[in-house]
Amino acid sequence: MAARAAALPSPRARRSPAPGLAIGLTTLYLSVIVLLPLAALSWRAHGWDAITSAQAVSSLKLTLGVSVVVALVNAVAGTMIAWTLVRDRFVGQGFVNALVDLPFALPTIVAGLTLLALYGPKSPAGINVAFTRWGILVALLFVTLPFVVRTVQPVLLELDTEMEDAAASLGAGRLATFRRVILPNILPAILSGVALAFARAVGEFGSVVLISGNLPFKTEVVSVYVFGRIESGDAGGAAAASVVILAISFAVLLAIGGFRRWVTRHDR
Amino acid sequence: MIGKYVVRFAALGYLTALLAAPLGYVFWRTFRHGLGPAWAAVTTPDAVHALKVTLILTAIAVPANTIFGILAALAIVRHRFPGAGIFNAVVDLPLALSPVVVGLALLILYGRGGWLGGHGVVFALPGMVLATIFVSLPFVVREVVPVLREIGTEQEQAAATLGASTVQTFTRVTWPAIRWATAYGVVLTTARALGEFGAVSVVSGRLAGKTESLTLYVQDRYQSFDEVGAYASAVVLALIAVTTLLLMTMLKPKEETR
Repeated sequence: MAARAAALPSPRARRSPAPGLAIGLTTLYLSVIVLLPLAALSWRAHGWDAITSAQAVSSLKLTLGVSVVVALVNAVAGTMIAWTLVRDRFVGQGFVNALVDLPFALPTIVAGLTLLALYGPKSPAGINVAFTRWGILVALLFVTLPFVVRTVQPVLLELDTEMEDAAASLGAGRLATFRRVILPNILPAILSGVALAFARAVGEFGSVVLISGNLPFKTEVVSVYVFGRIESGDAGGAAAASVVILAISFAVLLAIGGFRRWVTRHDR
Repeated sequence: MIGKYVVRFAALGYLTALLAAPLGYVFWRTFRHGLGPAWAAVTTPDAVHALKVTLILTAIAVPANTIFGILAALAIVRHRFPGAGIFNAVVDLPLALSPVVVGLALLILYGRGGWLGGHGVVFALPGMVLATIFVSLPFVVREVVPVLREIGTEQEQAAATLGASTVQTFTRVTWPAIRWATAYGVVLTTARALGEFGAVSVVSGRLAGKTESLTLYVQDRYQSFDEVGAYASAVVLALIAVTTLLLMTMLKPKEETR
């Protein structure tokens, strides 16, 4: 019996060499591609004046401020779009559903260029947001559009309408039903979508660089500020400001991860 | 009942104003004098070279990140190892990090006076390749991880118990389950690699006809007040994006009905 058991291939023993190899290879890849450059960046970061200079502080404030507005607009607009895609029925819905992914597929510089064509100085619609903070807002709303829609949509799809029917039969109005029944269910999805949109907005460069005009103290976001430092040969200062962006991005990601684990804590 | 139409109108209005109208307008602007001028603008030697550079970057970054993505997803889902949390966060980092920061990090590491400086990496194709791999790294991992988690390990263990080798288990049990998720991840990776601008912009040195990718070419044309050239090459990128979009839409239902 014992001999027979030994002859059987043990799943653990047979699978053991591969995982070690997979973990080793991927860790090596990740270290060379991602960690090593970021380590060099942090090493090189010096010159607090690059971060505390009025121009740097102003660009950071502007970026964070606009990103908060972007997050809030996305919370409302993204939820409405997700709602329209899941609960509404109309001709061309499939097309609209595909259109939502466009900002993920479209290069950011093309996004900036197209917005500038319609809402720039030569606008046929008579709207000119070029070189203003409105322009930055529009560009960031464009590139962050799919995040909330794509996190809320699957949750709405899974949501049973029975609860809503029950609420309605108990006399709740449409608004009360949404606020008390639907919203609590989709709120975690909205929040994680909003956080992703915020993180993306803080680091965005390509779509903003043409439309914002990059006027220091007025329309210069932090990515553009860093780019400017690089162009003027101040790698140390650029690296110092980059470390601040890096810290914000990492903090948001860790927050999203922690929040997801907290929301799904009862599932496991 | 009116509420329904208000929401529909608001949602579609937002999408039209932000996405459909600007893109439609650029297409119209590009082709309003017919196909001729647009075609001439995208077939100049610099434009063709820029397209070639973009395709080379994509052709290297996508396979590299696909192989890494599958291995990393297996490592994350199937095995507990010290530092898994950090590993996970680092994989996600390129999604959130500003591309300019990515470019700068490469510039510092491989540039003059850098730890690995002086090998002709920056202001040349290798640097652009590294930048493209960096920014498009997370997509395959992120698509494959949830699927691996969902299918569990029972079938793989059964296969192993029945005497299948690691390779057999992967090709016959694991791969069929994750291939659509992988394909979707590949499409996203491709889109990101083709469209990368900020990171490539920092490391490339932007030499027209040498280290200029198509996205850089678009900006270059726009800033040289060559509107036809800028719009036409933007339309080329947009057409690639729309093709990507179609592929994404085609692959998605298979994801959901699995």
